[in-house]
Amino acid sequence: MTDLTSRKDAALAAIAAAPSLDALDEQRVAALGKKGWVSLELKTLGAMSADERKQAAPAIQAVRSDIAEAIDARRAVLEAAALEARLASETIDLTLPAPEKPKGSIHPVSQVMDELAEIFADLGFAVAEGPEIEDDWHNFTALNMDETHPARAMHDTFYFPEEDGAEHRMLLRTHTSPVQIRSMKKQGAPIRIIAPGRVYRSDSDATHTPMFHQVEGLVIDRDIHLGHLKWTLETFFKAFFEREDIVLRLRPSYFPFTEPSVEVDVGYSNEGDRRVVGGHGDDEGYDWMELGGSGMVNARVIEMVGLDPAEWQGFAFGLGIDRIAMLKYGMNDLRAFFDGDPRWLEHYGFSPFDQPTLSGGVGARA
Amino acid sequence: MKFSTTWLKDHLETDASLEQITDTLNAIGLEVEGVEDPSERLAGFTVAKVLTAEKHPDADKLQVLSVDTGEGEPLQVVCGAPNARAGMKGVLGQPGAVVPANGMELRKAAIRGVESNGMMCSRRELELGEDHDGIIELPDDAPVGYSFADYQGSSPIIDVAITPNRPDCMGVYGIARDLAAAGLGTLKPIAIPGFEASGECPIDIRTDDPDGCPAFYGRVIMGVTNGPSPDWLQQRLKSAGQKPISLLVDLTNYLMLAYGRPAHAYDLAKLSGAVVARRAEPGEQVTVLNDKTYTLDESMVVIADDRQVHDIAGIMGGADSGVSDQTTDVLLEIAYFEPARIGVTGRKLGLASDARTRFERGVDPAFLDKGLELLTGLIVELAGGTASAVSRAGSPPSERKVVAFDPALTAKLGGVEVAENEQRRILESLDFEVANDWQVTCPLRRHDIEGPADLVEEVVRIHGLDQVESVALPRAEGVARPTATPNQMLERKLRRAAAGSGLNEAITWSFISEDEAERFGGGDWTLANPISEDMKVMRPSLLPGLLSAVQRSFDRGLASARVFEIGRRYLREDEKPALAAVLAGEATPRSWQTGKARGFDAYDAKAVCLTLLEAAGAPVDRLQVMGEAGEAYHPGQSATLRLGPKNRLASFGVLHPALLKSYGIEGPVAALEIELEAIPHKKDGKGPVSFARPGFAPPPLQSVTRDFAFLVPEDVSAGDMVRAVKGADKTDIVAARVFDVFTGEGVPGGQKSLAFEVTLQPQDKSYTDAQLKAISEKVIAAAAKLGAELRG
Repeated sequence: MTDLTSRKDAALAAIAAAPSLDALDEQRVAALGKKGWVSLELKTLGAMSADERKQAAPAIQAVRSDIAEAIDARRAVLEAAALEARLASETIDLTLPAPEKPKGSIHPVSQVMDELAEIFADLGFAVAEGPEIEDDWHNFTALNMDETHPARAMHDTFYFPEEDGAEHRMLLRTHTSPVQIRSMKKQGAPIRIIAPGRVYRSDSDATHTPMFHQVEGLVIDRDIHLGHLKWTLETFFKAFFEREDIVLRLRPSYFPFTEPSVEVDVGYSNEGDRRVVGGHGDDEGYDWMELGGSGMVNARVIEMVGLDPAEWQGFAFGLGIDRIAMLKYGMNDLRAFFDGDPRWLEHYGFSPFDQPTLSGGVGARA
Repeated sequence: MKFSTTWLKDHLETDASLEQITDTLNAIGLEVEGVEDPSERLAGFTVAKVLTAEKHPDADKLQVLSVDTGEGEPLQVVCGAPNARAGMKGVLGQPGAVVPANGMELRKAAIRGVESNGMMCSRRELELGEDHDGIIELPDDAPVGYSFADYQGSSPIIDVAITPNRPDCMGVYGIARDLAAAGLGTLKPIAIPGFEASGECPIDIRTDDPDGCPAFYGRVIMGVTNGPSPDWLQQRLKSAGQKPISLLVDLTNYLMLAYGRPAHAYDLAKLSGAVVARRAEPGEQVTVLNDKTYTLDESMVVIADDRQVHDIAGIMGGADSGVSDQTTDVLLEIAYFEPARIGVTGRKLGLASDARTRFERGVDPAFLDKGLELLTGLIVELAGGTASAVSRAGSPPSERKVVAFDPALTAKLGGVEVAENEQRRILESLDFEVANDWQVTCPLRRHDIEGPADLVEEVVRIHGLDQVESVALPRAEGVARPTATPNQMLERKLRRAAAGSGLNEAITWSFISEDEAERFGGGDWTLANPISEDMKVMRPSLLPGLLSAVQRSFDRGLASARVFEIGRRYLREDEKPALAAVLAGEATPRSWQTGKARGFDAYDAKAVCLTLLEAAGAPVDRLQVMGEAGEAYHPGQSATLRLGPKNRLASFGVLHPALLKSYGIEGPVAALEIELEAIPHKKDGKGPVSFARPGFAPPPLQSVTRDFAFLVPEDVSAGDMVRAVKGADKTDIVAARVFDVFTGEGVPGGQKSLAFEVTLQPQDKSYTDAQLKAISEKVIAAAAKLGAELRG
């Protein structure tokens, strides 16, 4: 065994035993550093003749590469151990709370209005709008309720002292029906619109608020009749409640702006203290609930907006948005709709990602 | 309107069950609001016979009765009524029965040591009247053991809602007519008790206002005896919810409730001279039967004699001339008043009555004579007396409307095929006359019939709306077209972006108090008849409603509230759609990571504002931050975002402490408001919508950042500096961001240190040192124009 070999073995043993990266580096310097014994051995090659060098060089170079390899290997082991130790020291308690991001919400009335727009768009209805501060011509007279009409007095109207240029009394619209008038005047016929929005009645108790939301529907064309009205409402409610067992009952009623006038009832049952829409109201365990008014637009109204009632006819309906929202999503207190309590809004409101779509079903699942 | 089925059957011959009746009422448009069965309240009360009556051993005023209940052994009952005696028949309540008057359940009990197994009842205890002097005495033929409810014929009471177009159904007879038309039975003829009229009407009757009172008929009945009404009449009135008063009053009410025909009876002794329908003198006063005095004007019709007004025509009779128990001679009035005028008068006076409800909707002009005959006959029959001849002033409308009807319209409008002869039958059963050529002559009482559509309604409602089949609306070919307008899309995006930013959407009242409106510059629209002072002025801003919500939330213990609303501001010229948001309380709660809770500040509001405007498609990089956010805000911590000085898109900042104080909210509170109409939106051109975006590929070369710190005069805004820095080289500088603001040690007074990180983007080649140096010099020069110098 040559001296070189024994020194190499000793160095490899020391490297393998190096307890730390620093100790390892000492070994590297001792062997491969500028003044390390391997480096010095290599230097001796310079003084040799070519033949001598040819003989001696491979052995020395092999020693150098063995030691270098051993150092790399030992370093990898020591580094892995060091990393493991560091990571072990970095353990954190992940049951601690992460920063909270506030969740926003969409008000149920807005959500339902979006649902209405989506369903009715599929049936070819656009969404129309009109002013909430109306004149009595649009709110009453054009809807066949002249000044002395008893139905006017039944509307619990909020009035303003102002009169507009044509000496019409200004008021808060009591229903969305004036939007019918404005839309027909503006765009003529044929027309299919819904008009959702705020309406006002000077009435306030447990189930009535002085402000609430209605949606008006209007179809004027040449051959539209009560059968189309029934289909439209059935189709809407089936899509809105996403159930096929919706049964409507039409009852004769009276609204000055429709003739014939029809009250719309829907069959429902009680599940606990909650009303669930669906089923035939005359069946055992079921009953009827009033949903809204409707009818064939009165010929006088069609005349009033400048259309020829001999040519154009159609239907109109009005539904309470707050009410159908309550029926669908299970709220039981209308007053809370307008209270702005963030807890209520979070509970009954909707995620911004619940954008109603036909493909996903317009309703947001509980 | 309420009535018992017994009453209905006075007029309708029918075997129909209660359910058939109510179903049919609903089906023909007479909506059933409720059905009440009084016999349920009388359950457990039966006809009984007193066999023996002995004195109570320990009480002077009590007797011990032995009562035959019709089955089993007689019961022992203790009774305090003075009229209880052997042999009489009365009403027994047995243990378990509930006394209607006080809700007490009867029990077996010992009264002064004597067992009592029930109670013999007074009228008052059964809520049949006020009489409590003794127990009910029934006739000898009353069947012992029979249910008392059945015995006295208390039948179910139906409550129907009559729509304003059907005054002809504001009487039981009219309802019976409709039911008969719907096939539920046969309408009985009106039975008028016979009487002999003798002599002219001794009172002069006139109408001096043929417009307001086209017809005024009257007659006098001398020698009547007023007093309580017979049971059948009382029962009918009670079923309608009316309290029996006296025979004469009850009979006029009966005429109104049974036939929809209001009439009035005056005490002749209290009248003086001619009785005239005329206009009121301005300021003339009358005290009417509700004991209130009304001041009248010249638009109102009254009935008056030589001395005073006795009746607000068609609405309410005067207190002075009404009949009383002492009345012996009466003047009956039956008139036709112009409906619209009655409505106007009633509204002006704020006076409602059953008569007004009928007159303003229109009573039957063809029922004056018959109504008067019927009323007279009933009075003479029940109260005696001698009737004069009728005196008639004026005449009611008599021209019957003729509608040219086409039976095909029923299918065209109603969507249901009804055979022509069935259509004819329906119309005729409602007293329409149908000529062979379908000229339809309407009964005078049907004021609601205006044209053919009304006849369709008559046919369809009697035929049955349930016969109308659903028919699909015609559908445009292909996938449904988009319908939302740009404004609607804008609202949707803003709403969902705001919710996505962690805000809760609220809906608050459109009206606020005057004080609140004042704090936002005052409202332009104030209600004439607000429901309360808190809901009086149409909001000029959405903030008050949200602040009230925040205040309530804090009162309920919430630590923070982030709420927004999208709605209208009501300005004189228009209703402006707006979004407002309020950020109140803790922006971030205290936390193990960040320490103390942090409140909201103006930058939170700014961040939301920009997020929303960007979502709405506004060019946010071109927005200028300017002043004048308004008085609601902290003057030094608020701003507006504008596109040009006049186009203000949004305001934001911290709210003014004085405003918050008025709501009792502890600040600071941040808020923002966006004017939806100020947000520019791209107009769709003609032709197909283009969805393609401008071409773009990310630059391949690495971008370079350089930091600059400047000493800047304190009044130079960071925004101006950023604009200057970015403007220094518009091709190479792609971004400039403030990352530090500092005043204090090392910064001279009146100055601040602003540090920027500037991002440079090489286009074709990487920058050379010389290029970078040149750009830096441009930045420094641009900053210098604002008085900034590079920090050493």
